[in-house]
Amino acid sequence: MEPTIFKYILKHSRKEQILLLLGTLASFPFLYMSLDLPKTIINEAIGGTNFPREVLGYGLEQIPYLMLLCSLFLMLVFINGGFKYFLNVFRGVVGERMLRRLRYQLFNRVLRFPLPHFRKQSQGEIIAMITAEAEPIGGFVGDSIALPAFQGGTLLTILIFILVQDPVLGAAAVALYPMQAYLIPKLQRRVNTLNKQRVVQVRQLSDRINEVVTGIQEVHAHDTSRLELADFSERMWNVYGVRLQIFRLKFLIKFLNNFIDKLTPFFFYSIGGYLVIRGELSFGALVAVLAAYKDLSAPWKELLKYYQAKEDVRIRYELLVENFEPPGMLEERLQAEELEKLPSLSGTLIATNLDLREEQDSADALVGGASFKFDLPQRIAVLGKGGSGTDRLAIVVSGVDRPLSGSITIGGLKLTEAPETVTGRRIAYVGQEPRLRFGSVQDNLVYSLKHRPLREADYGGKTEQQRQRVLAEAEITGNSAHDINADWIDYDSAGVSGPEELTDRLIEVLTLVDMDMDIYQLGLKGTLDPQAQPELAGRILEARHALRDRLKDPEIAPLVELFDRDRFNTNMSIAENLLFGTPCDKSFDIGNLSANSYVRKILRETDLMPQFIDMGRKLADVMVDLFADVAPGSELFEQYSFINADDLPVFQSMLARTEGVPHDALSPEDRNMLLSLPFKLIPARHRLGLCDERMQEQLLKARHAFAEGLGEDTRSVEFFDPEGFNSAISIQDNILFGRLAYGRARSASEVGALISDIVEKLGLRRTIMEVGLNYSVGIGGTRLSAAQRQKLAIARGLLKRPDLLVVDRATAALDPGTQDKIMRNLLEEFEGRGVIWVLQRADLGERFERALVLDGGKVIEQGRFADLNKPGTVLQQLVAAT
Amino acid sequence: MSAGLESVVELLKETETLRKIPLFAKLEPSKLKLLAFTSQLLSYDDGEVLFHEGDLADCAFVVMDGEVEILAQTASGDVVVGTLGKDELFGEIALLNNAPRSATLRARGRLQALRITDEMFLSLVTENPGVALEVMRQLSDKLARTHKQVEALQGELSRSGS
Repeated sequence: MEPTIFKYILKHSRKEQILLLLGTLASFPFLYMSLDLPKTIINEAIGGTNFPREVLGYGLEQIPYLMLLCSLFLMLVFINGGFKYFLNVFRGVVGERMLRRLRYQLFNRVLRFPLPHFRKQSQGEIIAMITAEAEPIGGFVGDSIALPAFQGGTLLTILIFILVQDPVLGAAAVALYPMQAYLIPKLQRRVNTLNKQRVVQVRQLSDRINEVVTGIQEVHAHDTSRLELADFSERMWNVYGVRLQIFRLKFLIKFLNNFIDKLTPFFFYSIGGYLVIRGELSFGALVAVLAAYKDLSAPWKELLKYYQAKEDVRIRYELLVENFEPPGMLEERLQAEELEKLPSLSGTLIATNLDLREEQDSADALVGGASFKFDLPQRIAVLGKGGSGTDRLAIVVSGVDRPLSGSITIGGLKLTEAPETVTGRRIAYVGQEPRLRFGSVQDNLVYSLKHRPLREADYGGKTEQQRQRVLAEAEITGNSAHDINADWIDYDSAGVSGPEELTDRLIEVLTLVDMDMDIYQLGLKGTLDPQAQPELAGRILEARHALRDRLKDPEIAPLVELFDRDRFNTNMSIAENLLFGTPCDKSFDIGNLSANSYVRKILRETDLMPQFIDMGRKLADVMVDLFADVAPGSELFEQYSFINADDLPVFQSMLARTEGVPHDALSPEDRNMLLSLPFKLIPARHRLGLCDERMQEQLLKARHAFAEGLGEDTRSVEFFDPEGFNSAISIQDNILFGRLAYGRARSASEVGALISDIVEKLGLRRTIMEVGLNYSVGIGGTRLSAAQRQKLAIARGLLKRPDLLVVDRATAALDPGTQDKIMRNLLEEFEGRGVIWVLQRADLGERFERALVLDGGKVIEQGRFADLNKPGTVLQQLVAAT
Repeated sequence: MSAGLESVVELLKETETLRKIPLFAKLEPSKLKLLAFTSQLLSYDDGEVLFHEGDLADCAFVVMDGEVEILAQTASGDVVVGTLGKDELFGEIALLNNAPRSATLRARGRLQALRITDEMFLSLVTENPGVALEVMRQLSDKLARTHKQVEALQGELSRSGS
């Protein structure tokens, strides 16, 4: 990157800047004319004599002459405004383009930072620099050359005008400029230093917040909230101190500017007035000078402001350049290069003097180097204690990062100098803490297949034109010309012909990492749009009927209480019993039912209202009795109470206040509070005996009345229909079409097995897994368990069919049985291809052909695992320790 | 305030059972009711297993109705080593030391049991000194018994060895 902001601007926007400058220069004659014209109007047209005047061969009387000049004036106003408008817009465009280019370059650099650099520079800092701190630079770029030219030119034009009118007045107008020009920058420089401090402080503050947020568990675990608050408070105090100094200086500058501004008119009135009285200056000229002076202060202020902005941006830019040029950055071509034919990685892997430290002066590994050699394809186990350099070895040998020194070649190909096209496609690295991206399971899997756009997105007609514009703009700003909307998936590298086969392959790799069941379960819990996939919805209904048949067996029938329009379901809440469907409209959500006017109307019409209020009061009584002593933050509230901790005291006092008050005498608020409770009751779960058979009968009648009243209106509630797929509940619930019985311990497992069996028989498993593949993993994959995240990351590595698989303890978070299974599967899958596996348990090394033992960044033992596993070797000690 | 509670018959029945258990005997009535409310009433068929030896422990049980058999694994298969009856608490020790289940429990005949979650049980122990003391008393009784058995066994060993 260019060392200074002006060099950067000139390099990337010279043409635009020249255009801006030319436009600015072209506007000056009109500006001068618009200044000069008022004088002519006053002196010649209003105060003039000897009419008619000759204008372009026409003789004009005084009034038409005045009108002509005034129209001319209006025209000039319009032309000047037009110039300003176009120049401003163009400036904006130039600035935004430069900002885009700058941000793109910075982000491009982030992608090429050496990995250890991210330990020194925090995420928060990088984010702040690319987003907030780069912003003012863009704003400045458009102004950088044209603004001083324009405002300086304006200033000069006005000054020349004043000087032409009267040199003395002109001199008076600028008398104080030298003082301003000397004093203001001096003060400004101090403000700038403070601003720089502030930028650093705010950056550190955001870092700190980030650190606390990510480590929030530690704060709770060690009761350090006060420490964190005190630390935060201290930082804020420092920010405040710097801010205060900035304010003082800034407003001092403002004060000086204002004062000097108002001092000049003083000269005008006194000297100018004197000259007019003496008859040495025309009155029109004084008016024009005064008008001109009013216009003079604006450009002068703009120039001073420009100077301040320039200083600020200069510092920001230099800081950015400094921070985005770490030593050891990856060359751009290594990421951008696209090879015609990818070499396959086999032959002898030779590592010579690999420096496995993260940075030159780090203390974590001894100086020296690791040298080793083995033939690929083979299975290599890497062993070593923590800090021995095994993790770094895995990273370096897979080309994820470059070693400080030393080299690796595979079959003659120098890995340390190979582009990522080779390392990123022919080698799969799976580390200990894999990161997932926001999106579906499938998105995360095919991430490893998206190296470049392969099939263009289909743009037709207008959108094609838009696409061309996007491309043109990308070229102007040096941005990526690759289309994010294109199809990036490299089916070839996954060994499949297209999307259909890809799904099969995805399920295959997920099975290899023992995640097929997880995905199937996620699919069962997923939903389906029956309109989009009517055939699938129909087959789910088949499964529902099959399950219904199986549940006729009296042995298992009690495990499920099926949905039946004509029977009360004790395992559903009263709200669900009334709705007998799922709400489509927010006003029919369980929490809002008591306030829903239609629901209340039904309750009144079916004479349930008094009983609901009665039940509400009993429930409130029970809840107050049970939870009054429970600490407000307790999870018990969340899990069991009908009333949350904040509302409990309100209910308590309401109960005391309304004791013995008849229903119709209750205030509407009290009524609402009581009515909200019964809807949450699930008779079989809560065992409060508050919903006897008579009540159930009545609720059933209310259910029917509720449905009839809504009639054809399907926007409020989607009713449970034995022959219809419900889009709001999961596939599993659609198959079940009922509720598991609360009191039966084995219901979940047995019914789950039953559903699996039916799904298998109907051949629905794959389809349900497809739904599971669309499950959103959440930000950073947090909606999956840690084990699932690891499995997914391994599967992602397998999908691209690499020549070499490098695993760094990636199964450590799994239980021993699963670890074992996955390792067997992978080793089998990679028969004939290379595997390098950093083992968390040395005894697993038996399954590998060769072993490398590391200590202090050096290879201390290497050879066949069986040969090394003998008394006296470090390897045997490691094995014995497990 | 108790007007509402009179109708809560089922919950009260469970509360009465819980009161008969020494560990909970000294709890306030509202705590007992909360314990009953937050627990799950489960029914098991004859021969249904409540948990297996080695399972992770996440709850304790109280027998409401019926009987439970305690099974121990031996070389010749599972052997019934004891039974538990109405109003008995079991499975709570594993919650205290966070250990896997030490035996397999199986329903004999139809069984109704109250399943107490680990969170609820542990919060009772930590928040009520009475319960904690009772737990300690029972544990030390058990320890003393075991100690005596060990001594007796050692005595037998040394006798037979000499």
